[in-house]
Amino acid sequence: MNTPETSSGMDRRHFLKVSSTAAAGLSVGFFVPQSVQAANTPQLNVWVEIEPNDTIVIRYARAEMGQGSMTSAPMMIAEELEADWKKVRVEYATAHDNLRTQRAYGDMASVGSRTIRNSQEYLRKAGATGREMLIAAAAQQWGVPASECKAALSKVTHVPSKRTLSYGKLAAAAAKLDAPKEVKLKDPKDWTLIGKSIPRVDIPDIVTGRVKYGIDAQVPGMLHAAIAASPVFNGTVKSMDASKVENRRGIVKVLNLGTFVAVVADNWWRAKEALRDVAVDWDVGEHGTLSSAAIMAHFKAGMAQPELAVARNDGNTLDAMSKAAKVIEAEYFTPYLAHATMEPMVCTAWLQGEQLDVWCSTQNPESTLAVAAATAGVPQANVKVHPMQLGGGLGRKSPQDFTRQAVAIAKAMPGKPVKMLWSREEEIQHGLYRPASLMRFKAGLSATGKAEALHIRVSAPSILATLLKLPLPKGVDGQAVACFADHPYDIPNTLVDYAQRNTNVPVGFWRTVGHSQNPFGRECFIDELAIAAAQDPVDYRLAMLPNNEKANRDRAILLAVTKAAGWDKKPAPGVFRGVAATDGYGSWTACVCDVSINAKNEVKIHRIVIGIDPGYAVNPDNIVAQFQGSVVHGLTAIFWGENTIKDGRVEQSNFHDYRMMRLNEMPKVEVVIAPTGGFWGGVGEPAQAPLAPAVANAISAALGKRIRSLPLKNHGLTLARA
Amino acid sequence: MKLNVNGQNHSLDVEPEMPLLWALRDELDIKGPKFGCGIAQCGSCTVLLNGEQVRSCAYPVSGAAGQKVITIEGLADKGRLHAVQQAWIDHQVPQCGYCQGGQMLAAVALLKKKPKPTDEDIDAAMTNICRCGTYARMRTAIHSAAKKGGRA
Repeated sequence: MNTPETSSGMDRRHFLKVSSTAAAGLSVGFFVPQSVQAANTPQLNVWVEIEPNDTIVIRYARAEMGQGSMTSAPMMIAEELEADWKKVRVEYATAHDNLRTQRAYGDMASVGSRTIRNSQEYLRKAGATGREMLIAAAAQQWGVPASECKAALSKVTHVPSKRTLSYGKLAAAAAKLDAPKEVKLKDPKDWTLIGKSIPRVDIPDIVTGRVKYGIDAQVPGMLHAAIAASPVFNGTVKSMDASKVENRRGIVKVLNLGTFVAVVADNWWRAKEALRDVAVDWDVGEHGTLSSAAIMAHFKAGMAQPELAVARNDGNTLDAMSKAAKVIEAEYFTPYLAHATMEPMVCTAWLQGEQLDVWCSTQNPESTLAVAAATAGVPQANVKVHPMQLGGGLGRKSPQDFTRQAVAIAKAMPGKPVKMLWSREEEIQHGLYRPASLMRFKAGLSATGKAEALHIRVSAPSILATLLKLPLPKGVDGQAVACFADHPYDIPNTLVDYAQRNTNVPVGFWRTVGHSQNPFGRECFIDELAIAAAQDPVDYRLAMLPNNEKANRDRAILLAVTKAAGWDKKPAPGVFRGVAATDGYGSWTACVCDVSINAKNEVKIHRIVIGIDPGYAVNPDNIVAQFQGSVVHGLTAIFWGENTIKDGRVEQSNFHDYRMMRLNEMPKVEVVIAPTGGFWGGVGEPAQAPLAPAVANAISAALGKRIRSLPLKNHGLTLARA
Repeated sequence: MKLNVNGQNHSLDVEPEMPLLWALRDELDIKGPKFGCGIAQCGSCTVLLNGEQVRSCAYPVSGAAGQKVITIEGLADKGRLHAVQQAWIDHQVPQCGYCQGGQMLAAVALLKKKPKPTDEDIDAAMTNICRCGTYARMRTAIHSAAKKGGRA
């Protein structure tokens, strides 16, 4: 097999198994595939490898895209292994090894803020298994009971005699032992690594430029492809004329691949320049007239459609509403949003006969492998997916539309490695957008202002039905009604229903997904109710939170954040406050925002206090970083984020008209980490949930006028410089 | 055409209007400068040209001929990190890191002109986009590098 090894960074990451683990040391883990056991090989498993020089290689089986899990997940293993973190080196696991070992690494997808919460148990068990095997090997060597030995900092000590052996010296013997069937995990109070701010393992290679992203794949003889898909979604190529460019310098081939065209050249710029001069006649079908106005009309019709999917139905909402002393009603809207990851979609594919190699910035390497194999028409066992760092993922790099394109190009160029890179225009105009959503809220209040009935109706596209083609339980897309169907408030009559309103605009998972938009509606509407009831918005929420485990966490984080923000003290004259509390991704969050607005309609954010209860705070400084970053991601969307549709296509095309927040606009952000223990919540996504409503509530207070749609630029507002 | 990148001379036979970014990435296999937008908006492609920051995606390679180009790979001096790189580690600035090579080079160019920059100086000089939102830490790291004299 012709294995491409051309750049040192890639070598190090890609060829993890060069040294024979069977001979060199210990390999342990929790998933022990039956076939491997049956073959009786001393390589027990895949997570931990200990070299004779005491270096501990810990495998990381998910993607790194800035969320920091490449550090936090190995911390789980190292904690239980009693490894000396200074001697740990983290290496990527691969999707092809996962396939070969019948998923020894489990799920490899980095989505839904779930890397830690979904893998912490088996990772910790893998570490604990290794620890017990090392202790057993030492005890055997000394001829003492294992119970007299303990492990710490990569050494086993025989406590009575104070003899020690390093893990490197024990590894070969430990690898020959059977893994214990049951292991005891450490009590959280005994953790020495989890809960400490550990520097990210990938940062040293980032600051020197050594880290290799998908866009940096380099293979001998590699060609470059620029592509254009139909400007109207789901259109096809009717005809293509490449005669103007075929003889240009560096142009190798121009491909008509049915749903897109590709120019393959020896340099991406040459490909991209030539692409402009390829004349394509697109068949856009019936969708060439779609507009934002037509989509809004489609959503409005959904609000009135007779049959709706019911997501929650407590009590008798319509009856309670009719008996209410006061009824409040409001409609909220959030727009389509492209992801705009700094690194656009990129994938390199090389088909040599029946063998396929793929280098890809992917959030889901197993899915990349499956899609690549199916597109090339080769068995999955013949595909290698080489892990690369992602230049941001934000949910866009989980679906594999771009992998399919890259492999289709490779199939048309057999024997040639081709790197396909999207332009920024392609990325913004061929997104899998956060769905636009129309949300209608209606509440019935008692004479004292207590909410007795709440009806929330959502009219929006379904990601699950259209992108994942999943059957919807009772017709409900959980993301479309996220934080509505599971609202924690003690409102005895709650009805949440959903009109699935799909359009030709493809939708997908945008960081924080339903929680990036629905809390804006819910928590702003709760603010409207508090105002109608003439109550403080924090007191109003606290009074509505029942006494149960989940609502108690809402209460605790709301109290922690409002305390840190000094909610009980009045803000300075001219400064207005907003608050919101949410839960999502297994964590609880709250936010307080202080703003003032000047005569030019510039919103000055004086302060954002935002907090989380993630159960256990694994790497606190990384949580702070995720929250600071989420505020930037969120404020960008809140102030400017909007993709509009005209003539069936997205009107925005690059950063000049799809505006990103910059450093000079960065407000003061204070992060409150208030873990209450006993559960594992996500941290990459939850911060955006309470941000938009807290900001909007503050702005509405400042304006004396309720903001019910985003982005704020459409209300004539912009973000003042910090 | 001759190009001096990170102290090394290279001979190139390319169109004069080819953006410097693509000469570096696809002709010379220097991958530190990243593609982000192609229209000099985001700064992921930032390199230093005679010490000044330049957005290489929209800068013709011919404009850099015979001059000194520094990319993130060439910032450390014989393995010794630049003060900006060290500050970026100390303050754990990067998240995905894709834009950070450009960000660090922008910070180096700033510190060369203004060894003790004010927040306003940082606001004016640091205009590259970071989608991960590392802005607050960049500001802290620049002040920290400035305290240590800018140069490692």
